[in-house]
Amino acid sequence: MNSEIGRLILKRLGIAIITLVIVSFAVFFTTNMLPGDTATILLGQAATPEAVAGLREAMHLNDPAITRFFHWAFGFVTGDLGKSYANNMEISTLIGNRFLNTLELAAITTVIAVPFALTLGITSAVARGSLYDRIVTVLTIGVISVPEFVIASTAVLIFAVYLRWLPAISFVNEIHSVSDMLRMYAMPVVTLTFVVSAQIIRMTRAAVIETLDTPYVEMALLKGASRSRMVLRHALPNALGPIVNALALSLSYLIGGVIIIETIFNYPGIAKLMVDAVATRDLPLIQTCAVIFCAGYLILITIADIIAIISNPRLRK
Amino acid sequence: MTNLVEIRNLHVEATTDAGRRIEIIKGVDLDIAKGEIVALIGESGSGKTTIALSLMGYARRGCEITKGSLLVDGKDMARLSEKQRQQVRGTEVAYVPQSAAAAFNPSATIIDQVFEVTRIHKLMPPAQARLRAIELFRALSLPDAENIGNRYPHQVSGGQLQRLAAAMALIGDPKLMIFDEPTTALDVTTQIDVLKAFKSVMQQGGIAGVYVSHDLAVVAQIADRIVVLKDGEVQETGTTQDILQAPKHPYTRELLAAFEPRHFEFSGRKEAAATPLLRIEDVTSGYGQIQADGLPLIRAVRSVSFELEKGRNLGIIGESGCGKSTLARTISGMLPASAGRVLFDGQEMPPASKNRTRDQLQHMQIVFQSADTALNPAKPIEDILGRPLTFYHGMSAQDRSKRVDELLDMVHLPRNLRYRHPAELSGGQKQRVNFARALAAEPKLIICDEITSALDTVVATAIIELLKELQRELDLSYIFISHDLSVVEAICDEIVVMYHGEKVEQLTREGIKAPKHPYSKLLFSSVPKLDPAWLDNLVLEPELVRQYVG
Repeated sequence: MNSEIGRLILKRLGIAIITLVIVSFAVFFTTNMLPGDTATILLGQAATPEAVAGLREAMHLNDPAITRFFHWAFGFVTGDLGKSYANNMEISTLIGNRFLNTLELAAITTVIAVPFALTLGITSAVARGSLYDRIVTVLTIGVISVPEFVIASTAVLIFAVYLRWLPAISFVNEIHSVSDMLRMYAMPVVTLTFVVSAQIIRMTRAAVIETLDTPYVEMALLKGASRSRMVLRHALPNALGPIVNALALSLSYLIGGVIIIETIFNYPGIAKLMVDAVATRDLPLIQTCAVIFCAGYLILITIADIIAIISNPRLRK
Repeated sequence: MTNLVEIRNLHVEATTDAGRRIEIIKGVDLDIAKGEIVALIGESGSGKTTIALSLMGYARRGCEITKGSLLVDGKDMARLSEKQRQQVRGTEVAYVPQSAAAAFNPSATIIDQVFEVTRIHKLMPPAQARLRAIELFRALSLPDAENIGNRYPHQVSGGQLQRLAAAMALIGDPKLMIFDEPTTALDVTTQIDVLKAFKSVMQQGGIAGVYVSHDLAVVAQIADRIVVLKDGEVQETGTTQDILQAPKHPYTRELLAAFEPRHFEFSGRKEAAATPLLRIEDVTSGYGQIQADGLPLIRAVRSVSFELEKGRNLGIIGESGCGKSTLARTISGMLPASAGRVLFDGQEMPPASKNRTRDQLQHMQIVFQSADTALNPAKPIEDILGRPLTFYHGMSAQDRSKRVDELLDMVHLPRNLRYRHPAELSGGQKQRVNFARALAAEPKLIICDEITSALDTVVATAIIELLKELQRELDLSYIFISHDLSVVEAICDEIVVMYHGEKVEQLTREGIKAPKHPYSKLLFSSVPKLDPAWLDNLVLEPELVRQYVG
């Protein structure tokens, strides 16, 4: 570790924070441009204009947008996420459990998908051109091409409707034993693993093949190194940058992009919460969810970039 | 059995991208005695590296050893299992690669990679291996032997890396070392140290070697015997003395002929015209942010001036990083000069090419080193040559087509090549097309930037002949940039020697024999000669070497 690396990492962190500020700004103003008036929607069609005006006043909706943005942003930073417009509940309470659910699903999927995908990616790169490599390639391209709702629906149809092995809907609150948990998570996790792994496998394979073709890997072979040594000691460390970036991109999907899976399995996660919030024009809730998604994405990408910086030997002293 | 290596009837086949199988080694026999160094020499594609690698039981991707036996110390490398081959690699046969810079893993320290062989084969404990590595660094006269290994590959120079690669090969105490063009990527002044280091460790250890090279003069310094290869077949085998003094095969003679002092007729020295064709005055250029004094941060060319008269040729010579290519880019305007003036035919040219008129651009053309990257791979030759015809002369389709034929005639290429794409031509043919494109503009001056460096000796000689012929016919002038003194000498009336961005000396053809500036002396005396005793007898002033060889 030296000052050059430290400087680059600080710079990268700074960029992440600036991005987050810009995104929260954009999120705030785009949600404000959503058609429809919150007060009218809350009070229904029959509300008198006086009632609507009173509610608007009470909700500070008449203040200039910029004032409301700073008000909201200040609250966000100090941990006060505000109240939901729709049911007047604290947003932190609304999001809390569901965010944990989402993280849980993401964590379980990561633990399964990452080793699985890396193994397939690396082994198919090493066995390039073999039957095994072709099978893996065909399958991953197949999985990339099939939309996730088709995979999820087919899984429900087969395992829940015909075979009746697994529940079609995830009732997270009814988990009482390990077998309950396995049954509950099996389908969402497997579906997500499919979706996430395909990209990681492709990227890992490409990155490893590129380094396997370098003269220094050939040199290792001519020193008598075994195949595993060539791959683990010489090819992988130099393919780390692209691989962690592919990982970060795929995993960030697990935080904000799983709306289809959550809907199909009725899984109480944060993505579904956000879609419901859009339906009710619940602006504070939408904004908070969007900023959380963005932050999750930025954290992963920044970690990947920092790993890439640290693994670049040209920056070492 | 007395020979360490016995290759009998070796055949290697390669599968092309299209799936066609072609034989690249066609029945080669080769013997190497213990402690003997045998050179494999030939042009690119002659199969010399393939043969050398097959001694380790290895064929590159797409290649396969199909027939023959490869006995190394009694073991047939072609028949061993992959596991058995791994045991031989690094311990009995070791490899020194062409480009050490690429052959070191960038993300591990040098010493880790140097003694990796001992780790793979469990030869000795790491602490001992480390000491042995440092001992080898010393034997190869590397500076700061104690600590150099703790650095990463990008932190040491090319010449040092090449010696470190040799240490990496020597640490397993091999019986046979394979050198694959180990000095080709080095500057001549660096090459000498590396060759001397190789020679002394090989002699001390009594190690046998295979030395792959295309450079007969380098090989003459180090090899006991020379095997001349062409198209995957042995053309001639003999001791170094025999090959140099009594070559039998025509191809060997061609190789040797490239070293003979050439007596070209120089285009009649015209009376010096009132204005020189090109005059550059105190040109400075470089890269990076512009500083307060208006000059860039890294000044690759510093206050260089020279004149070139019409119909004459100027050579610019120097080692990598001396600024010679930057100077070419500056004259042509691709990299605008930060200071100084460029005058063409007495007229001052705007520094940046985008500000020059079409006329100014037309009269000065540049030809680049690598025709592979300079020619658009997606276009047929006629489009590549037709483009400047439209741009400079606004020719109609019919005229253009006629002119393309003429241009191909000029560079001695068959007319039907016009329908082919660059990938379907050989290296020499591509360079001719590259040159024809410059001719299409009908320039007065052509800047040739290392145009023969990527070509085999025999092909390069033919290109030089072509340049001279065209000069006589078309009244051209050349600026010829190269790191290779013999090439520059063959074509130029005057030679500018550059070092570290500065012009250190300007010599006439006659003056080459007696350069005055110490760097020119060092540079010229570093060019290998065919005489096998040249390296051993070479004495360079240590003071000079310290000053100029980094």
